[in-house]
Amino acid sequence: MLPWTIYLSFLGAAAMLLVPARHAQAARVAALAVTLAGAVCAFGGAAAYHPGQALLTLTRVKWIPALGAEYFLAVDGINLPLVLLTAIAAVAGVLFSWNVTDRPREFFALYLALIGGVYGVFLSFDAFLLFFFYEVAIIPKYFLIAIWGSTRREYGAMKLALYSFIGSALVFIGLLAVYVVAARQTGLATFDLSALAKVAFPANFQHWVFPLIFVGFAVLAGLWPLHTWAPTGHVAAPTAASMLLAGVVMKLGAYGALRVAVAMFPEGVKAWQDPIAVLAVIGIVYGALAAMVQKDFKFVIGYSSVSHMGFVLLGLVTLNELGLSGAVLQMFSHGIIAGLLFGVVGRMVYDRAHTRDLEALEGMRLSRVLPFAAVTFVLASMASMGLPGFSGFVAEISVLIGAWQAFPAAAIVTGIGIVIGVAYLLRAIQKAFFAATKTDALPNGNAPAAIAEPPALEPISWPERLGAALLLATTIVIGLRPQLLLDYILPSVKPLVAVWQQGGGL
Amino acid sequence: MNGTGYLHLLKLAAPEALVVLAALGALFVDVGVMREQGRRTRRLLGAAIATLGAFAAGLGLLNLHAYGTAMGGMFATDPLTQWTKVVVLALTGLTAILSVETDFTEHVGEYFALLLLATTGLMFMVSATDVLMVFLSLELTSLSLYSLAALNKASPRSAEAALKYFFFGALAAAFALYGFSLLYGIAGTTNLAGIAASVRGRGFDPLLAAAMLMVIVGFGFKVAAVPFHLWAPDAYQGAPTPAAALIASGSKVASFFLLGKVLTLALPENAGRAALGHFGAGWMPVLAVLALASMLLGNLAALAQHSLKRLLAYSAIAHAGTMLLGVLALAGAANRAEAYAALLFYAATYGLTTVGAFGVAAVAERLGEGDGIAGLTEVHPEDFVAPEPASSGAPACSRLEIQHVAPSPAQAQSRLQAGAPVSASGCTGLAGLARRSPWLAACLLVMMLSLAGLPPFAGFPAKFYVFAAALKVDATNLDLLWLAVVGLALSPVALYYYLKVLKQAYMVAPNGTEMRWKLRWPEALAIGLAAAGVLILGIAPGLLLDSLSEAIRAAGL
Repeated sequence: MLPWTIYLSFLGAAAMLLVPARHAQAARVAALAVTLAGAVCAFGGAAAYHPGQALLTLTRVKWIPALGAEYFLAVDGINLPLVLLTAIAAVAGVLFSWNVTDRPREFFALYLALIGGVYGVFLSFDAFLLFFFYEVAIIPKYFLIAIWGSTRREYGAMKLALYSFIGSALVFIGLLAVYVVAARQTGLATFDLSALAKVAFPANFQHWVFPLIFVGFAVLAGLWPLHTWAPTGHVAAPTAASMLLAGVVMKLGAYGALRVAVAMFPEGVKAWQDPIAVLAVIGIVYGALAAMVQKDFKFVIGYSSVSHMGFVLLGLVTLNELGLSGAVLQMFSHGIIAGLLFGVVGRMVYDRAHTRDLEALEGMRLSRVLPFAAVTFVLASMASMGLPGFSGFVAEISVLIGAWQAFPAAAIVTGIGIVIGVAYLLRAIQKAFFAATKTDALPNGNAPAAIAEPPALEPISWPERLGAALLLATTIVIGLRPQLLLDYILPSVKPLVAVWQQGGGL
Repeated sequence: MNGTGYLHLLKLAAPEALVVLAALGALFVDVGVMREQGRRTRRLLGAAIATLGAFAAGLGLLNLHAYGTAMGGMFATDPLTQWTKVVVLALTGLTAILSVETDFTEHVGEYFALLLLATTGLMFMVSATDVLMVFLSLELTSLSLYSLAALNKASPRSAEAALKYFFFGALAAAFALYGFSLLYGIAGTTNLAGIAASVRGRGFDPLLAAAMLMVIVGFGFKVAAVPFHLWAPDAYQGAPTPAAALIASGSKVASFFLLGKVLTLALPENAGRAALGHFGAGWMPVLAVLALASMLLGNLAALAQHSLKRLLAYSAIAHAGTMLLGVLALAGAANRAEAYAALLFYAATYGLTTVGAFGVAAVAERLGEGDGIAGLTEVHPEDFVAPEPASSGAPACSRLEIQHVAPSPAQAQSRLQAGAPVSASGCTGLAGLARRSPWLAACLLVMMLSLAGLPPFAGFPAKFYVFAAALKVDATNLDLLWLAVVGLALSPVALYYYLKVLKQAYMVAPNGTEMRWKLRWPEALAIGLAAAGVLILGIAPGLLLDSLSEAIRAAGL
């Protein structure tokens, strides 16, 4: 059933173009139906995989025999949570873009194409196929931002496309080298990731090819200092696209780095562990500090994504079970939480107030005008800060403990980053929702009507409430019972860690 | 040669003969019966004859599994040459269909005859195994293409294009001929395999080096590799669009195949080495330098272009760099079959894509602003009124970004007064294409992204295959990795300029009054076929690649 997530999304994208241009509602309903059907396939397919099971092959046929590329889809405990994340984020994204009126069918066609590409990356177990889907996802992102975006959208879109493509070029070189060298060593031209992981690449080869592939993918995961596309891209994107960008697209990068770099080059990882950890920690602290001083509400969330993705990258290079499983869990958790934050800021606040300037929002008393948005944002912020009871807590604490074992100094600096994270979120909550205006300070409580009258904003609609509830429920459920996912993740991470410990003596 | 010899030759070269017959048919029907008819009717009939001729020849090739040589080894056929000729014929067919809607000449019959004669030359290039034959077929193609480029007699740019193409081409032909004569002087034979046999063990002396260099110069011109590319931008822009499409597609496929064949058949032991810092004398370092220069200059110069056809010219130079990498891959004897497959797959898919892109340019010229003939138009100041903001609620300011590529009304006015022409295929002509004709815009999107090497389009597997084949030349030291790195490092640059074209099509409002473009069926057919092919070959490259690998195996390479 799982492969149908890909096919349904692409078929849906094509079918979207058949919807009559004037029926915006039909396009929305169709998009929702497609994403829901995708979610049904994802969850239904997930039931076929049992925690602890080895790789479950879904489809495996010859694709390009001349190259040795196969159409090979499979799941294990690492990509399954990410497929589920995509399913949830896709549904929520449609719910949060219920108000798109400009060329809605093109919007949802591109949206579904992007979703299809994301499912494809997560399910591929052939490096060429993975890379194929990875690049397929670039173009929908560009058009979604450039046509439906807001602030400096063409700049943001072009920057995002070029950064993604620069990352792809690095991966491309790395993959080529791996393909050629593996073919020379084994005599077999293959892109099968599980077969490539078994090839003992020479150490000096691993030393230069690992950083190429890792950094190439990590560009899309917001690795400092190549993260600058992320804030501008997120801010320029329409709500649903920024939810997907932060929610799942950044995970494509992290997942690729894990699957194609970390899992394949034990020697390479060991050699580059420290520099990457340093970059990841700088990303955590720098992202948090930058979020602290933003004037634009969406930029706060944009930089917070850079900061939180730093945890994922840090977890990937800890080379221990806790750190690695924490990284995967953090991918899932941040996908949900960032989606929620962007949904509140982009859809609930910006589409109504028509400004994201924190100074301007201060005067609007949004907590009274949009109580639902305020409550949702406070809860999402709590999740993002990593308070217990939300998924962010379990994920970040695992990464931190893992990092403590590998690089104690890094763990301490990261702790500082977490504190700054609390600070910038509180600042944003305060300014955007709970700012005390001058009228509140009047002693008699009789405010002048002209100022006290809150601006009349359209109430929060049902699709928004549904989407917010879906994401909130997910983060709380995982926060309370992380085993739901960890039962899948841990057994699949163990063999990877075993390889490093085995090779430790070399 | 006796009678049976001619019969044998005719059997082997039956497809070429069919194409020549079609050329003569198109010419005589047009001159003899059709003179009084409307030009479009004449073009329709000419295109029908040309397409039918190409189709019949293609069918003949598919059924003809002939291995054979004729005329004392001057002309050889095997499954691989047949495969390449089918590709060339398919590209010619598309070009002919595209020609129906481009009205640039009174000489319709001559146009289609020249188109088919150029194709005949290309087919002989593919089959040539003797330096004399190589030269003859090169000249047949080149002379036909020069005349095609000049056929738009009302346009000074067409004449300029043809003249530049001709001067550079003549010089390059002289170089190639001199190179061939030196090779003959060294080897005492004109047969490619014979040359290889007689220079075996000879080493790489200055005379051989001079001969090899001259030959490469000649081919470098043909494939528009830097520094022999100077004719390309003007020729692509000034020549009638369908003619430019053939120069860019079919001619590229045959030229690269022939270049690879000449080098591997005649000079297999003089490849040398092109590892960074370890250059060894031979043709590899020469080609590596040409490839490097082409990729650099092509991609960087394309950034500055404001006309789609000129942009395609520089992109063609950049792609020639990549295809030269494919020729370099032929140096490794162990994976030569794979390298041939990579090079030909790349050239074929590139040709298909570029025909489609020229098709879009042709439509933009026919329906776009201005009343000029293809290639030239004048700017009307009223074309530059600010478009109405879209009713959709998007901010109007960003819809006006046309300003930074298009001349402002004042500039346009002054240019108009100065009488300076502005190309109709300039990116402004494509502005708002998505609103004028969504399907045409979608086809343009397919072409541009395929040229950029993005999946799910044919450019992606082709790029990967060529680079992989190049790295396999020396899988231990990865000799050619540096060139692959340069090529891939430039790919974001390429994506930028292709996206700039798409930005015009999708994000900029149409000039002046918004109106839909109505495509006529021949151009829609040609562009649609190319786009569908590019998409299908991107998702399932095996459809073409399997037959290619099969042909290479059968040819015994």
